[in-house]
Amino acid sequence: MFKIVRREEMSQGTVILNEIEAPLIARKARPGQFVILKANENGERIPLTMAETDAAKGTITIIYMVVGKSTALFKDLKVGEGFQDVIGPLGKATHLQRVGKVVCVGGGTGVAVLHPITRGLKEIGNDVTCIIGSRNKGLLILEDHMRAASHDLRICTDDGSYGHHGFVTDVLKDVLKAGDVKLVVAIGPVPMMKAVSNITKDYNVETMVSLNPIMVDGTGMCGGCRVTVGGQTKFACVDGPEFDGHKVDYDELMMRLRAYQAEERKCHEAYCTIRDAR
Amino acid sequence: MAEAANKKEQKARVSMPEQEPKVRARNFLEVPTGYTVKMAQEEASRCLQCKKPGCVEGCPVGVDIPGFIDLIAQGDMTGAIRNLWSKNALPAVCGRVCPQESQCEGKCIVGKKGEPVAIGNLERFCADYERANGTGELPPKAPPTGKKVAVVGSGPSGLTVAGDLIVKGHDVTIFEAFHKAGGVLVYGIPEFRLPKDIVAQEVNFLERLGVKIECNAVVGRTVSLDELFAEGYDAIYVGVGAGLPKFMNIPGENYVGILSANEYLTRANLMKAYKYPEVDTPIPLGKNVVVLGAGNVAMDSARTAMRLGAESVKIVYRRSRDEMPARAAEIHHAEEEGIELFLLTNPTRYIGDANGRLSGMECLRMELGEPDASGRRRPVPVKGSEFEIACDLCIVAVGSGANPLLTSETPDMKLNKWGNIAADEKNGKTTKHGVWAGGDIVTGAATVILAMGAGRQAANSIHDYLTLGW
Repeated sequence: MFKIVRREEMSQGTVILNEIEAPLIARKARPGQFVILKANENGERIPLTMAETDAAKGTITIIYMVVGKSTALFKDLKVGEGFQDVIGPLGKATHLQRVGKVVCVGGGTGVAVLHPITRGLKEIGNDVTCIIGSRNKGLLILEDHMRAASHDLRICTDDGSYGHHGFVTDVLKDVLKAGDVKLVVAIGPVPMMKAVSNITKDYNVETMVSLNPIMVDGTGMCGGCRVTVGGQTKFACVDGPEFDGHKVDYDELMMRLRAYQAEERKCHEAYCTIRDAR
Repeated sequence: MAEAANKKEQKARVSMPEQEPKVRARNFLEVPTGYTVKMAQEEASRCLQCKKPGCVEGCPVGVDIPGFIDLIAQGDMTGAIRNLWSKNALPAVCGRVCPQESQCEGKCIVGKKGEPVAIGNLERFCADYERANGTGELPPKAPPTGKKVAVVGSGPSGLTVAGDLIVKGHDVTIFEAFHKAGGVLVYGIPEFRLPKDIVAQEVNFLERLGVKIECNAVVGRTVSLDELFAEGYDAIYVGVGAGLPKFMNIPGENYVGILSANEYLTRANLMKAYKYPEVDTPIPLGKNVVVLGAGNVAMDSARTAMRLGAESVKIVYRRSRDEMPARAAEIHHAEEEGIELFLLTNPTRYIGDANGRLSGMECLRMELGEPDASGRRRPVPVKGSEFEIACDLCIVAVGSGANPLLTSETPDMKLNKWGNIAADEKNGKTTKHGVWAGGDIVTGAATVILAMGAGRQAANSIHDYLTLGW
């Protein structure tokens, strides 16, 4: 068992942080890589990009939104309990390089994945501006972490309850207009990454996105995670999860992410009904 | 004497009872239900006990076939299983999944005039009898040598290596990337052909012998080969299989509803998605299913789709029946279960609906032309023969390539031009000191028994290395 040593609820209980004992993974993991977790014997294998790793302590941290039965099961695990299986580190690590001015754009739980990358980019000497957003102030995560990891933090909320009233893309445009941006890293919901990539294409600024499609093994064996990048089929698990944002076919990705939507909804509802009855 | 032999030849092969096709096509229970002791002894009595047995030559691991069959005929079932174990660590598996018709049974003298002795069925009987009635007594082990061996991958070749080396006194640890041991035996071959309880018992047998199994260990990611050496392993065997699905590379291949056989079967078998929602992993349920390819994996996929309630399941294959690579028994079982064969048919593109879900595919009729590099007549398209097949699920079972996950992290181990590990044919040695390889990662996708044969050779070579030197 992979024991949970710390657990936090964020975003009004819709987002959960688990710090998990996994010394072998923690020893090897680098920013941008992911793990696959399975709660119990009958559980599903769920890929999640790591938000933090601590080699000395032997732990990894994941931050996830509760969206279906599997993440609801994860949420119900207490400190001291754990995951039956954790596999990793998987995928390629972020290629961190010093380019000058960088903008990191994060939405939803994508901010958790963005955090170690942002910090890494700053540590090697980039000038890092960070733009993070959520629907409202209460749903925002890791504000303090992101402030520490960047030189300039901008916050957006859809309802205007905090920071800029509007989308991260509005603020991004302003920053791009000011010029000199060499790289944009965007991690969040697919529509956000698509919108960011469309804007940066106009400004001809290199853009990197991190994808989280449906997958089973995470080692290139099933091909369930295939995405079209620059007209070619890639496996996100081994060729990614990071890709050139200007080349990803986002519409296809969104369509593939909906493959099991009906099953997921039914399964989640059934789980919640049974749990709440207990 | 000659008269006696003739009498033996006249006896008909004892067929193994099976579930009725209509019943089994909708359940996941094993199809053949096994011999009784009486049936096994009757079938064993058909063996001529040849002085120069062709069957043994046909077996990649050289099982003493007349020997174990004679023991069955005499009623010494314990002796029979011990005889089998001395050459084959996984008889319950091989009895079920080996292509006997092209190996042992293909060379059986009885088969020259009538049907060959049912060697596979008898092998299975022995293993099943031992499981149900055996003492569970372990074979003897040599004293500890103090040498540590890492086996990467817990499929048929890895299990064979582990089993061989543990009884020779070495300390053996298997590293498995999935959360469960067994490799293709658990993720690839379906329950109705190889019950997972049987694989679990074979794995458990090795654990009782002292083999350690580390699941969730992706060698190449969690740990590298060099790190294993640094941790004190003296030798490493790489048997990671052919885990890279091939696709058709035709338009529309990323529509929802098109899965590699690897994904489809892994969901169904390893993740037990056929029990969904009792388990959490879903699997797409097709009404009209097309399977591309005609090997054993294609048959397994088609028969799984039928069991998951499909109205129609079609196998689409560009060559003719004679070239189908699947075992004869699998093709026979599939057809009995109502699976249709669309031979000399090649898909040219997938058709999707407005939501990006598969709704059909366009195919071309083919005819056989001149022989190609493989010696098989090359299928050539018939002009203007385009037609559509309506389908909502397509499983692509056109083969697997070499998965580069481990090899790309091990630059000092040479590969061939297809990305398979270059290993010595006789002993499995790679170009990296202290590392052996075998099974599909060396040969490309092949059979369970060939992988086991490679494992056997490598285990002997590893033992020589650990006791004598490289």
